[in-house]
Amino acid sequence: MKLTMIRRDRASRAAMFAAPFIALALTILSSLVLFAVLGKAPGQALYSLLLEPFLSWYAFSEVLLKTAPLLLIAQGLAIGFRANVFNIGAEGQLVIGAIAASALPVWYPQGDVPLMLPAMMVMGALGGMVWAGLAAGLRTRFNANEILVTLMLTLIATQVLNYLLLGPWKDPMGFNFPQSVMFPDAALLPILLPGTRVNVSILIALLASVLAYVLMRHRFSGFQLLVGGLAPRAASYAGFSERRAIWISLLLGGLAAGLAGAAEVAGPLGQLQRSVTSGYGYSAIIVAYLGGLNPLGIVVSAFLMSALAIGGDNAMVSADLPVAAVFVFQGLLLVYYLAALTLIRHRIQVIRPDEKAIP
Amino acid sequence: MTPLLSLQGASKRYGGVQANAGIDLNVDSGSIHAILGENGAGKSTLMKLIYGVETPDEGEILWKGAPVRLTSPADARRLGIGMVFQHFSLFETLSVVQNIALIVPGTQADLSRRIRALGDEFGLAVDPAAMVHSLSVGERQRVEIIRCLLLNPELLILDEPTSVLPPQSVARLFDTLRALQAKGMSILFISHKLEEIKELCDTATILRAGRVTGRVDPAAHSAKELATLMIGRPMPPPLHPTPHGVGEARLELVGLDFANDDPFGVSLADLSLTLRAGEIVGIAGISGNGQQELAALVSGEIVPGNADCIRMMGRPVGDLGAAARRQMGFAFVPEDRLGRGAVPEMSLSDNALLTAHGRGLVTRGFISREAERAYTTACIARFDVRTIGPDAEAGALSGGNLQKFIMGREIMLNPKLLLVAQPTWGVDIGAAVDIRQRLVQMRNEGAAILVISEEIEELFEICDRLHVLHQGRLSPSLTTQATTVEQVGAYMIGAGDHSA
Repeated sequence: MKLTMIRRDRASRAAMFAAPFIALALTILSSLVLFAVLGKAPGQALYSLLLEPFLSWYAFSEVLLKTAPLLLIAQGLAIGFRANVFNIGAEGQLVIGAIAASALPVWYPQGDVPLMLPAMMVMGALGGMVWAGLAAGLRTRFNANEILVTLMLTLIATQVLNYLLLGPWKDPMGFNFPQSVMFPDAALLPILLPGTRVNVSILIALLASVLAYVLMRHRFSGFQLLVGGLAPRAASYAGFSERRAIWISLLLGGLAAGLAGAAEVAGPLGQLQRSVTSGYGYSAIIVAYLGGLNPLGIVVSAFLMSALAIGGDNAMVSADLPVAAVFVFQGLLLVYYLAALTLIRHRIQVIRPDEKAIP
Repeated sequence: MTPLLSLQGASKRYGGVQANAGIDLNVDSGSIHAILGENGAGKSTLMKLIYGVETPDEGEILWKGAPVRLTSPADARRLGIGMVFQHFSLFETLSVVQNIALIVPGTQADLSRRIRALGDEFGLAVDPAAMVHSLSVGERQRVEIIRCLLLNPELLILDEPTSVLPPQSVARLFDTLRALQAKGMSILFISHKLEEIKELCDTATILRAGRVTGRVDPAAHSAKELATLMIGRPMPPPLHPTPHGVGEARLELVGLDFANDDPFGVSLADLSLTLRAGEIVGIAGISGNGQQELAALVSGEIVPGNADCIRMMGRPVGDLGAAARRQMGFAFVPEDRLGRGAVPEMSLSDNALLTAHGRGLVTRGFISREAERAYTTACIARFDVRTIGPDAEAGALSGGNLQKFIMGREIMLNPKLLLVAQPTWGVDIGAAVDIRQRLVQMRNEGAAILVISEEIEELFEICDRLHVLHQGRLSPSLTTQATTVEQVGAYMIGAGDHSA
């Protein structure tokens, strides 16, 4: 007996909508078993993971705070993913964006100019674009695979950050900690919800979502990117430039990641620190795919992933879960979701030895 | 006498399509039996049932009078059924004898000897040590046939064997098949070419829409009667458009050279041709002689770099890409529809946008959904595309319908220069006639059309002039009305200079 996958004629819309919820339910079931085997109270663990983020205003505000960079970066990456341009190095673009934005307050720590903040955002976006642009240039000029190049550039970006924080940009008054000076008020993003750390970057991320939606649904240039991703030979037949698609994809991804980096240092961090590389660039890849690479879906998935991250922190403290168990929980969610998507597009057929598959 | 192979009431259904319905078929020993039908009539499904690739939903298969259940090609081969597919299954990077040794037991030295012996006996000469990628299409077909014969079959199935061959090789294949018949072998010969069947076969079973519509002696019936059985009405008369005045040059190739990076691709050398407004020029030749490369060079999917080697509308374009050439009034219907001429996952509307975006479908960078829909709806109506509407996914259309859609989309661009590759591949006869008529009508309205096709009959029907492409080189221009099929055939196998 053999099993084979056969593509369905049509993917059901209802199933597409239900898939994330089915994946979540299966993840919960599996982790109940996992937590029980680990000897942790499964009820307490799930309560911390899934409910606590929504039960206090403070926890909820932290969810919103984390949503902003995830959402912004994922929207930028999803454009490239739909065009078959795989920018895996958003983390490095975020770091370079954070560094570029930090240059102004580091050089002018007493600066109190209203233009400081917008200039930092522009610097951050440009920094991310330059870093991603390196990969675009290497891909279009030498056909170097952008997956590898962006990933390796991330390692370089991290070393640049280390060099700056341990050397020239180290705060002379900072007790030798690897961090820059604290930024002046003019270099900090305004707080959106008083009493929390939520700043206007969530609005920037939502605006980016609207722009991404318009680009992919209503702009001809977005259509060209989609064609390049779905059928590269059709794009070449119609005369849509592959080089242009690569440049647009990587520059937009870099722009979003760089801006997110700038918003981190001008937001919750308030200075350039090593912890700016907290993995948003990688988590955003998951967010983009969980959202079905759809600008609306990504809004939902960014919020969900952020809540899971906050819940994971909670669970480590209140349910004494090891950090690995939290990662397993998040990984399970992704695997179940991708499996559900595959089953929406394909059906499984059992082949008995005396039969052949019906194509 | 018990027939060698007999099908009784064989039916096969795929989803909503009844591919075969209650087929009765008897193949006698030592006969050459034709299965005649147009594209989509159910010929391929029937062969799959006989060769064990599929099992029938209903009905029985009898081999020498005994019911058998064929569940795989291996079962069929064990009984003594061999099949040569239309698309060859040979490894290009292996030699002939290595390819054969993959299926036929025996040492390579022994097999090489047997290959030569079969070659001498049945006119299937081929060098066992030759690498397959260096062989011509005709030689590859011989390798496939030899591979079947080495397993000593009693029934040999040939699926559209002549569609890939130049006319001279067809005669040679027929000699081989008659020699096999004389040895007592039965042959199932699948084709939609009436003249061939009249020449070669003793019996013909005619299929239409999955059903048997006739069992006849093809020699005793006229081609017209056979066509009526095959397509349900008399064959439409050929067009042979009257020559008329031509205008300025719309496409000029001036000593175009192209060195292909792909080791299995074809390099083009010194191609020159001129195509003028108001004429159709055909590129004849067997696929794989540089047709794909030529089409991509003219369309701008491959940019040769040297501006002057390709001129369109009088301007050098050799350094321009596909988009720039389209803006000058060039349109193109490629041979592969899914994934190149159309994006399978996208709706017909979005597929219209693919090349018709310059027709008011995009304003200031925004897609106009109404304009897109209007263009698509018009295309569907004018070109009789059978579909649920502009929202249907391109991948859901049948090959013939999608071809009509792509052809319509490009024709509605009112191009000054149209390139069409294999216009009627996989299209049923009615639609093929319609497509040819549209091309002639465009020519009469002053368009310049370049048609690349494997079907010589089609080129003779619609073209004013012909070139033959063989191993990356073009023959001189041949005026269709002053040329015979044999002359074109000679160029197709590279013998043009001797016999033309």
